Amino acid sequence: MPAPALTTESPAIEVAGLTCGYDGQTVLKDISFTVKRGEIFFVIGGSGCGKSTLLRNLIGLNAPLAGAVKFLGRSFTHADLAGRRAMLKTFGVLYQGGALWSSLTLRENVALPLEEYTPLSPREVGELATLKLAQVGLTGFEDYYPAEISGGMKKRAGLARALALDPSIVFLDEPSAGLDPVTSRKLDELVLQVRETFGTTLVVVSHELASIFGIADRVIMLDRGEQGIIAEGAPRELAERSRDPRVSDFLHRGDRPVPAAR
Amino acid sequence: MSAPDTPARADAAFADGILTVQLAGDWSITGQRPHWPAALAGRTPQRVVLGGDGLGQWDSSLLLFLFETQQWCRIAGVHCDTKALPEKIHALLRQMSTSHETSVPFDRSENFFTSVGDATIDVWRKTKVFAHFIGECVLGVARLVKHPRKFRWADFVEEMQLCGAMALPIVSLVSFLVGVTLAYTGAIVLRQYGGDIYVADLVGLSMVREMGALMTGVVLAGRTGAAFAATLGNMKANEEIDALETLGIPAVDFLVLPRLLALGIMMPLLAIYANALGILGGMAVSVKVLSIPPTAYWVEMLTIVDLSDLLVGVIKAVVFGLIIGLAGCLRGIDAERSAAGVGRAATSAVVTAILLIIVADAIFAVVFDILGL
Repeated sequence: MPAPALTTESPAIEVAGLTCGYDGQTVLKDISFTVKRGEIFFVIGGSGCGKSTLLRNLIGLNAPLAGAVKFLGRSFTHADLAGRRAMLKTFGVLYQGGALWSSLTLRENVALPLEEYTPLSPREVGELATLKLAQVGLTGFEDYYPAEISGGMKKRAGLARALALDPSIVFLDEPSAGLDPVTSRKLDELVLQVRETFGTTLVVVSHELASIFGIADRVIMLDRGEQGIIAEGAPRELAERSRDPRVSDFLHRGDRPVPAAR
Repeated sequence: MSAPDTPARADAAFADGILTVQLAGDWSITGQRPHWPAALAGRTPQRVVLGGDGLGQWDSSLLLFLFETQQWCRIAGVHCDTKALPEKIHALLRQMSTSHETSVPFDRSENFFTSVGDATIDVWRKTKVFAHFIGECVLGVARLVKHPRKFRWADFVEEMQLCGAMALPIVSLVSFLVGVTLAYTGAIVLRQYGGDIYVADLVGLSMVREMGALMTGVVLAGRTGAAFAATLGNMKANEEIDALETLGIPAVDFLVLPRLLALGIMMPLLAIYANALGILGGMAVSVKVLSIPPTAYWVEMLTIVDLSDLLVGVIKAVVFGLIIGLAGCLRGIDAERSAAGVGRAATSAVVTAILLIIVADAIFAVVFDILGL
């Protein structure tokens, strides 16, 4: 897989004037941002600020109320059915709980997109699925069912499935949620390794500070009241320089509160 | 990975027993790629040298080609030189070889004795779960009698609406059509003996004693029993039942009894309603096809159907309702914690309920015959 792309190429993701919501209720209003190729980009913010809504709109599970999303310079929002299906191959998604198909083994889970989209023979599909699972540290668990493995393993298997088609972009929804710090750090290392090896662009929806400061190149912070982006930049820079109390409170959440004097 | 700009190539040149393969172009997993046998083209090299000077974008499809090449070289005892390839490819290739060697298929096959043993243990486990569940239900009823204010009356009323009032349309349709079918079938035989009027007896007696309760039972087994199993199965998968247990609230009191009692009450009411609709269906056929006046049909029916018949139907309906409720709730509570498990629980609830309803119906037939009812 090629190294991260040159700056002259179109960005991995371009979001322009995106408004999203449900049942006539607007959650995010007129937001725009760009994700460079090979970047690890975090979408952060408190609960209910619209992180997951934004993700669902980006990956086409919900239609935006207004605005457009472009992947690698091509419009995803306004693509016709065939174009949209072709573009689905350019990105993979790791869902919060892994979202593995419970009736399939891990190998079959990873193999399904390969069978659907590639001209590979069944033997090659099996070999590649085994490799993908090995890349996320699941060698020996290929024939296990999702119900037989732990939560952290499910996430890793979900990542292997998201990487099955060697996508240019991978979306990760709360990858660290529900994981212990060690497993969470291993998953972060895996994200870095994926970028390093494949030059993949990774968009991570999270509010785990350790992950944000550990692996994010750039973040955008969403706010429920503003219904939009209130900060954008490198996480350390935002933590040190932002004068917005919502941003600094969020990014310094790890500090131990000082007990009130009695 | 984006669509390739230039197609993937493996240009092979053979000289002095050395096959030099230059890999070039963009390699994409979703597109076509060269295969090793084509590059080899039947030649028998002593050594294979791989180079990647013309490589553009590449992904796992290149790894598959290289892995295929390496496997062939290993089997043929030919040295494979990959030094000219980028280090990143080496690392991935090593990972692929390792995963291929260390991946051991997980053998799930069982011999005959293991299968029989597992099935026996499963039957024993299910019997224990069933006995425990029935015991819990009995204790739950005792707790309800002792502390009626603690009972979930709101849930009970809601369940009555869900399994009773909401089932009226489907019960109406099925019962009416069963009455129509019985009348048509009876007319075929009775007409031959000039006994058209006795269609009223046949339909009335069949509906009140048998078909009203039975058809309502089958409909509710599919509609309500499956819903009970799916709801409780999902609650188990979401650890909602565990949360009740850890709070010291018996899941049976909270979830099962309101459903069970709701069905126990609504089933006989629905069965009586089904009887009426079935009789109406029979009457419609008699009036339209057999030219029997509605009054004559009604009077004739009352000569054979009495309150004891109605009682028989109601008793059956109560028991069928409890069977449906028990089967649905038991399968739901005993469901595996997965989407497939919930599906299996719903299916099993319907099959169990219908099977037990038919068995119970046969037992009732014998018992009522002995009792002279």
